[in-house]
Amino acid sequence: MESLFDFSPLVQEFGTILTGFWSTIRLTLMSGLLALILGTILVAMRVSPTPVLRAAGTFYVNILRNTPLTLVLLLCALGLSDTLQLTLSSDSPTNYYWWAVLGLSAYTASFVCEALRAGMNTVPAGQAEAARAIGLTFLQSLRLVVLPQAFRSVIAPLGSILIALTKNTTIVIVAGYIEASAVMKQMFDDYGGTLPIFLGFAVGYMVLTLPTGFFFGWLAKRLAVSR
Amino acid sequence: MRSRQIGAILLSAAALAGSLAACGNSGPKSALQKAKDDKKLTIGVKYDQPGLGLKKPDGTVEGFDVDVAKYIAKELGVPESGITWKEARSANRETFLQQGQVDMIVATYSITEARKPKVTFGGPLYIAHQDTLVRADDTSITSLDSLKGKRICQVTGSNSWKNIAEGTNKENKKVDVQLVPAGAYEECVTKLKGNAIDAVTTDDTILAGFAKREGGALKVTGAPFTDEKYGVGLKKGDKETCDAVNKAIVKMYQDGTMQKIFDTHFSGTGLKFTATGAPPAEGCS
Repeated sequence: MESLFDFSPLVQEFGTILTGFWSTIRLTLMSGLLALILGTILVAMRVSPTPVLRAAGTFYVNILRNTPLTLVLLLCALGLSDTLQLTLSSDSPTNYYWWAVLGLSAYTASFVCEALRAGMNTVPAGQAEAARAIGLTFLQSLRLVVLPQAFRSVIAPLGSILIALTKNTTIVIVAGYIEASAVMKQMFDDYGGTLPIFLGFAVGYMVLTLPTGFFFGWLAKRLAVSR
Repeated sequence: MRSRQIGAILLSAAALAGSLAACGNSGPKSALQKAKDDKKLTIGVKYDQPGLGLKKPDGTVEGFDVDVAKYIAKELGVPESGITWKEARSANRETFLQQGQVDMIVATYSITEARKPKVTFGGPLYIAHQDTLVRADDTSITSLDSLKGKRICQVTGSNSWKNIAEGTNKENKKVDVQLVPAGAYEECVTKLKGNAIDAVTTDDTILAGFAKREGGALKVTGAPFTDEKYGVGLKKGDKETCDAVNKAIVKMYQDGTMQKIFDTHFSGTGLKFTATGAPPAEGCS
């Protein structure tokens, strides 16, 4: 029973664990940034007056949103990188890092796009009509009138997407990149799968995600559009 | 209404506590005793290791470890129909034994000093060696030294890469290799075929299973550099069963069953059966 509550492995491997979480943070931030950019482009496509762009945007979102992330990452790493040998860097860890980031952001972008589209629906139709009436082009009315308000109304959902992204990084080992949960798996093999190791990592993830949640909650309140 | 709900909750909590207590009581009986009395055993094997322990779509399990486990169970007095198979992953093997969820584990379970305080090992039933799996047309990797600068697979939840990168091998040689992480050996094989890595390294039995499945595309180098003593994992302190298991293993080598099992699963892979008798027992403790 004593070995069940032995926290010493967490202390011994503290450095390795921190390195693992640092990889998690790097994956999350880079993927989050790319997903935000790609998601904004996608939502512009989905509401654009051009039918081809609308169809392409809808197609992308429906494919990526309905494919398991594991498959997306496996396609990136085993399919595109290993089998088709499309390498993004000659240095192997860098190559797999970028493939993991691409897979994560391609997947998350579809959720960002849908959140933003929901945000656009909160902007009264009259505003978009007024914007066109004073002579703004489609892109101008999107950039100056609709998107700023849409972003401000979906900050909380975007925060939830970022939290989900943080936790989704736990499967990037299939894309050949080591982050915190892979470190945990290795520790399970070295020390046996014990409760303290599991708890340690659960707390580690909460240290990352809880402040994210609080920050986005605070930001959403502060930036809410008053109508 | 309210009080009835509370009563129901209390009742179910009591039932739960009772069933937990019942679980705790079944502990002290040894695996051997259980085999003799009930003619039943629960055995942990791998479900995802071709050649060693693999669960097939129809629900049956097959492989080297599975056949060895069947033989040992028979020697303990349990027919094949009395065996319940359970998946033993590397991470849950110790816990399964400690909690009595399985009676024994035959799952490429290497006898190591780190594991001895937690597990009683019967055997070794077979001594495997760590080797490398390379593309069939690759002639540059022939030994431990020639791995220098090569890209090898680092599977999380396996220690094989450490034996090279950290020098815990027979020659005590630290080789400077480039580690490429992967989630499972299955993924390493894809990477190896796609030229993303140069070698997959782990026990030759596991590599042979992959080499056999891939046909002629991959080969096992045949330059072993560690001894992996595969043991039969038993609950800590179960000496009685351990002695019986050791007897069964000696008999399995003497009557030629071991050779037969080995040939069934590894013939044609380059892996040779060299043992003339059972490996010297580790002693039960």
